[in-house]
Amino acid sequence: MTENNIVLEAKGITKQFPGVLASDNVNFDLRKGEIHALLGENGAGKSTLMNLIYGLHNPDKGEIFVNGKAVVIHSPKDSIALGIGMVHQHFMLIPVFDVAENVMLGDETTKRGSLDHKFVADRIKEISAQYGLDVDPNALVGSLPVGIQQRVEIVKTLYRNAEIVILDEPTAVLTPQEAEDLFRIMRDLTARGVSIIFITHKLKEVLAVADRITVMRAGRVINTVTPAETDSAQLANMMVGRQVILTVDKQDHKAENEILKVEGLTVRDQRDLETVHNVSFTVRAGEVLGIAGVQGNGQTELSEALTGLRFPTGGKVTIAGRDLTSKSPRIITQAGLAHIPEDRQRHGLVLSYSIADNMALCDYYYPPFSQRGVMQPKALDENARKLISEYDVRTPSPFVNAGKLSGGNQQKVIVARELSRENVKLVIANQPTRGLDVGSIEYIHSEIIKMRDRGIAVLLISAELDEIMALSDRIAVMYRGNIVTIIETKKTSREQLGLWMAGAHVEHA
Amino acid sequence: MQPEKQEKSLVRQVLQAILDATLVPFLAIFTAVLIGGLIIKIVGGDPFVAYKALLQGAFGSKKALSETAIWATPYIFAGLAVALAFRGGLFNIGAEGQLAFGAVFSALIGYALPGWLGFDLPFYIHLPLTILAGALAGGTWAAIVGALKAYTGGHEVINTIMMNYIALNMTSFLVGGIMKDKNPLNVISRTPLIAESARIAPIFDGLRIHWGFVLALVMAFAVWWLLNKTTLGFEIRTVGLNPDAAKYAGINVKRIIIITMLFSGILAGLAGSVEVTGLNYRHELGFSSGYGYDAIAIALLGKSHPLGVVLASFLFAAMRNGATRMQFMTQLPVDLISMIQALILLFVAADAIVRYIYRIKVKGERVVLTRGWGG
Repeated sequence: MTENNIVLEAKGITKQFPGVLASDNVNFDLRKGEIHALLGENGAGKSTLMNLIYGLHNPDKGEIFVNGKAVVIHSPKDSIALGIGMVHQHFMLIPVFDVAENVMLGDETTKRGSLDHKFVADRIKEISAQYGLDVDPNALVGSLPVGIQQRVEIVKTLYRNAEIVILDEPTAVLTPQEAEDLFRIMRDLTARGVSIIFITHKLKEVLAVADRITVMRAGRVINTVTPAETDSAQLANMMVGRQVILTVDKQDHKAENEILKVEGLTVRDQRDLETVHNVSFTVRAGEVLGIAGVQGNGQTELSEALTGLRFPTGGKVTIAGRDLTSKSPRIITQAGLAHIPEDRQRHGLVLSYSIADNMALCDYYYPPFSQRGVMQPKALDENARKLISEYDVRTPSPFVNAGKLSGGNQQKVIVARELSRENVKLVIANQPTRGLDVGSIEYIHSEIIKMRDRGIAVLLISAELDEIMALSDRIAVMYRGNIVTIIETKKTSREQLGLWMAGAHVEHA
Repeated sequence: MQPEKQEKSLVRQVLQAILDATLVPFLAIFTAVLIGGLIIKIVGGDPFVAYKALLQGAFGSKKALSETAIWATPYIFAGLAVALAFRGGLFNIGAEGQLAFGAVFSALIGYALPGWLGFDLPFYIHLPLTILAGALAGGTWAAIVGALKAYTGGHEVINTIMMNYIALNMTSFLVGGIMKDKNPLNVISRTPLIAESARIAPIFDGLRIHWGFVLALVMAFAVWWLLNKTTLGFEIRTVGLNPDAAKYAGINVKRIIIITMLFSGILAGLAGSVEVTGLNYRHELGFSSGYGYDAIAIALLGKSHPLGVVLASFLFAAMRNGATRMQFMTQLPVDLISMIQALILLFVAADAIVRYIYRIKVKGERVVLTRGWGG
């Protein structure tokens, strides 16, 4: 399979965005029938490179060759015509349409002026059988599980005769088992001559599935290697540019009295659907309880109900002995909650405020930040300078707008603000490292463990199973709004958790 | 990090921010004036003569300056009203109605209070009461919309428009009915003159400019101080920029929405009140027609900054005031001025046009003045 039959080649690609050299003389090639992983942290230039190949941007310099011919790609239309298909991280599907309608969208086949649904459905069945995709063309997309929706996206590219498929962070929304399925499909595709570019930041997946791995950092290609000649540690070093500790250093720690007690909590989402059903658990001082689960199984609503952003429809929440059910965020914060929200740009920060203002976002209203109703810029400034140095926020000054910081530094601003508050008894961290670079992840993990070791209760909600396993003392698995089990981390395995996350029945020993 | 170097860069940052904020409005005005000149030329006039007359009419004499300031006074109040709401993430289309209500209630207290009490009041009691009545009338009217938004999610754009209909028709009903000047010679819808003790004094003898103008400037400073220096202002701005983060931060978003609308309405009410107490000494139906809508243009042009509002108010005032002389000197219709004002607003609102013409790149994130219907 590795005859040097190059289907796609990018030579000397350079792309300058205002202030960033997003792509710096990048060379990249893809051989027929291979899975070529593009590995790098957020902002390393992976997406930019793919957007250049897919025609969403035009390179300043450099050339792209498809099947040996130099091409200019102005738009996705051009790249589709050249046989390049892309599956985006966020699916471009219309939930109320069925599979066939979604697949033909933008490339509709008509018969006497009306859509030829049958023709498209037959093609989909054909493709589906050929590549082992198992997709029903008549199923409503909104009713399909995420893993199948992703297959619909893949069918979409194949329907348009793609021979090169770009998969952008495809496993982010999948359970470990669904990811395994995806890898099998990827191998089936390549066996039939399709070439795949697999964009990811997950080292394990790369080693498991890729034929070749190209590592990018800061807009440059660092190296291209094969899985046989490398390992996770080396890849991580290439990604980050320095030695990385992949495991979290964590001593055993004795958990003490209950801090957070949740009893029979029921929550509805904004569509008034019950997404958390009768959930009960406790978090004790000095322990990390991890909530594992695939995104969208009620974790968001659960954490909103615990932090006061949403009122539960039933049940009781007690923090440090106080009943705080349906209390406002202000009261819960005053009772000792530090909340690292799921969406840092939506809830955690005001992007056009300075770092100094953001670092007092929850505490602006009392001294020293506010005296007799007037803000005290000097106190805000001092607080910011102190936290910037303590929490290693990389910024030229506290006056810089939070929106101008990198994701990692934005998250550090939130972490600094929340964890530095004096009376913290409980930390609720929801997806605390989503989309961050390895360096920031390491840092935030160590801060979470520090809080635990100081005897603070930590509730960690994360879709990253590795993160849950590395940090948690106990793990609760959430599936379709229920906590299916709570188990000590030591007594379980990645595989077992993965099965539970996918809804497998829990055998009580 | 040397502190001095940092200070310098801070000064540079501030200057840069001022430049960024003023560039587009300035170019919008410039372009609109240019197009206006072109149109004057096409209809056979001389744009230089016309604009010269306009400037003379607005600034050419003490009297002209005084009249421009008089025009600017309600614009500043009402412009601040809309700008304050913008900063809180609310689009107050209702300044027109709030202003009319402010004027009605001020007029009522101004002419009727001594009669109700049966004795005359000294001006230092009667005048503040009169102004307060107008401010509170406007404020209440807007706060109702704020409460509807906070508790039912009803969009303030729709509700302020509806409240305008109610306010304007009620005003017409009152001023043409029970509040109508009973003087047998009077045939139009207007209230009686307000008492001497309810009037704002002129600043200079022989000129109409009154202390209400100074009050407008004081209010501009007060709004700036409120927004930028106080804890409440921080809350208003946070709700305006990111209501989700505001909720997360423990701010009572509903309360802030109502307070923002209340303050906005108070400012709009003051616009009407000061016109009655400082200039007309009565409410004559329709005197304020369009002020509330001009105020939206002024707030947009002033980028919702109190200083920007003051400057934009002067621009609009100068154009309105100078137009009469321009028409007299050149026989060009006053409507031309409305057209130039509309063009300015068009270029400010659709700033992409100006940015395209002058090849200005967008810096940073766009300021979203209002959020969608979802709120």
